[in-house]
Amino acid sequence: MPLETPEQIKARAEAAVPGAQLSVVKNDSPCAQHSLLVDVEHAYAVAQFLRDDPQLRLDYCSNVTGVDFLDAELSEKVKVKKVVDGVEKEVEEVKKTKRAGYLEAVYHLYSMSLKHGPVILRQRTPGRADPVRVTSLTPLWRSCEFQEREVFDLYGVLFDGHPDLRRILMWDGFKDYPMRKDYVEPDDYEYEPTPHDDVLEKAKAHQAAQEVKA
Amino acid sequence: MDPTAPVDGTQFMTFHDLAYDAGKTDFQRKAQSVGQGREGELLEVAMGPQHPSTHGVFRMDVVLDGETVVKLKPVFGYLHRNHEKIAENTSYLGSMPYTDRLDYFCSLTNNWAYALSVEKLAGLQVPERAEYIRLITAELTRVLNHTCLAGFLLQDMGALGTPLMYAFREREKILDLIESLTGARMMCNYMRFGGCRCDLPPGWLDAAKKVVAEYPRFLDEFETLLSGNEILMARTQGVGKLSAELAISAAITGPMLRASGVDYDLRKVDNYGIYSRYPFRVPLGDHGDVYDRYMIRMLEMRESLKILEPALKDIPEGPVVDPKAKLRGFRPKAGEAYGRIETPKGELGFYLISDGSPNPYRYRVRPPSLINLTILEDMCLGQTVADAIVTLGSVDIVLGEVDR
Repeated sequence: MPLETPEQIKARAEAAVPGAQLSVVKNDSPCAQHSLLVDVEHAYAVAQFLRDDPQLRLDYCSNVTGVDFLDAELSEKVKVKKVVDGVEKEVEEVKKTKRAGYLEAVYHLYSMSLKHGPVILRQRTPGRADPVRVTSLTPLWRSCEFQEREVFDLYGVLFDGHPDLRRILMWDGFKDYPMRKDYVEPDDYEYEPTPHDDVLEKAKAHQAAQEVKA
Repeated sequence: MDPTAPVDGTQFMTFHDLAYDAGKTDFQRKAQSVGQGREGELLEVAMGPQHPSTHGVFRMDVVLDGETVVKLKPVFGYLHRNHEKIAENTSYLGSMPYTDRLDYFCSLTNNWAYALSVEKLAGLQVPERAEYIRLITAELTRVLNHTCLAGFLLQDMGALGTPLMYAFREREKILDLIESLTGARMMCNYMRFGGCRCDLPPGWLDAAKKVVAEYPRFLDEFETLLSGNEILMARTQGVGKLSAELAISAAITGPMLRASGVDYDLRKVDNYGIYSRYPFRVPLGDHGDVYDRYMIRMLEMRESLKILEPALKDIPEGPVVDPKAKLRGFRPKAGEAYGRIETPKGELGFYLISDGSPNPYRYRVRPPSLINLTILEDMCLGQTVADAIVTLGSVDIVLGEVDR
């Protein structure tokens, strides 16, 4: 039996989980892997529905990852009717809208028992200002344990309900989140000043920059 | 723990994170309170990162009660170079050579996974001959990976030298083939979007046929030496058991999953490439222990050879790269794609988001080695240290892929 379309899954999930707000995020690439955007409050219940529903049985959460979207100005071409020189014409205008940045946690779900997939589930944070929180799905799929830790480590997304949220790839004392699009590398990770004047000057500038950043 | 409680990423759990909190808390005091009811004092040991049995720079923080493992936490990141960030700052083709460095034993399957994902993203076609070359090189890679893994596993068990050297002798024959095809033994950089980089050199098919024809004889010899060996059976049977339910929940893939009896092979499920043309069987284990994982790999090699034999005869003439595929100035339309293939280690996936620019907006590697380590602790608890090492050996990790 082929997998239901994202619209069908959305309708059934909204019926099964009262109050859940889902929407389908279209994907324009030829593979057409559309995804389901779920609100953070109901993510756990919706994910549980996806896992336990007998028609879906998405028991295998293959891939968990984060995506960072900066604040952006979206330009859209809109056809507007205008009166030019006394004649009504259709004119193309560029409409600009501002979009606030956000972070996403993306889950690729498959079914090992029914051998179908993927169903892509996304959770979106309201903004990019720390702390950003989404719901952890580790209690449902054990495979999220390390991957959510990785998203926290590299993107700074906090997963509520994760049993063991620590840095995984970067070292424990590391401050920033390197996969964010606005991440700026420190000029030297292991800078140790030596007692010479020009070096001390450089050290001062370096430390000042660090303090501003912190 | 309450699953709805808010976390801030800095709090530590009770006992099992003590190794990380050792500088701040009185480790001995806490360890003793947890160890009540045990006979001896608990001992914390950091195995690795420079330990020969951890297959690279990998650390296991273990808490031991005598010789029994009470707690085990894998620690990695020593080889972390933020592969994903580097790939997001370069062109699509620019990170093709860098995928070789993920799982440096199987660079050809890494190349294929990446090429397949980009082809999904951009909707590219692959010519017939290139599909055959991809299948042949991927199956050769599977054979060489599994051969070496058997050697490493035996090395971890204390069979110093002999099985590993036998395995490396055979690996060298396949590496010679790969070198004459791609110019490099391990860092192949061979696949391209819509095909492969270059055609087969003259005489390559005959040389490959010879290697494939001779391989079953080596496997027979290897298995006579190992599979029925009393020491190997005593060291591996019933060790590192993994149930099918936990394996599915933890997204274990590859031979480890199938050793637990779950029939899930992407070559059958996704039917990528031209795998549907060649009948092969998917070996399944029924105990989920280290011996099953070893045996699954042995059987998979024989199935791979069954695919290779007819594929080397059937390969058609033709172009090896789609003439319409544009390598310079390659800009896929905005969109996203997740592509995955069955590599020798498990499911290797690439998740790509394009915003229409020459660089991927998001480039994510789904590393099978890292995710297969999720349940390392579950498999090792209650076993001795020596068994934990054998269990780790049977997971088949490459740290270049774990850390990325």
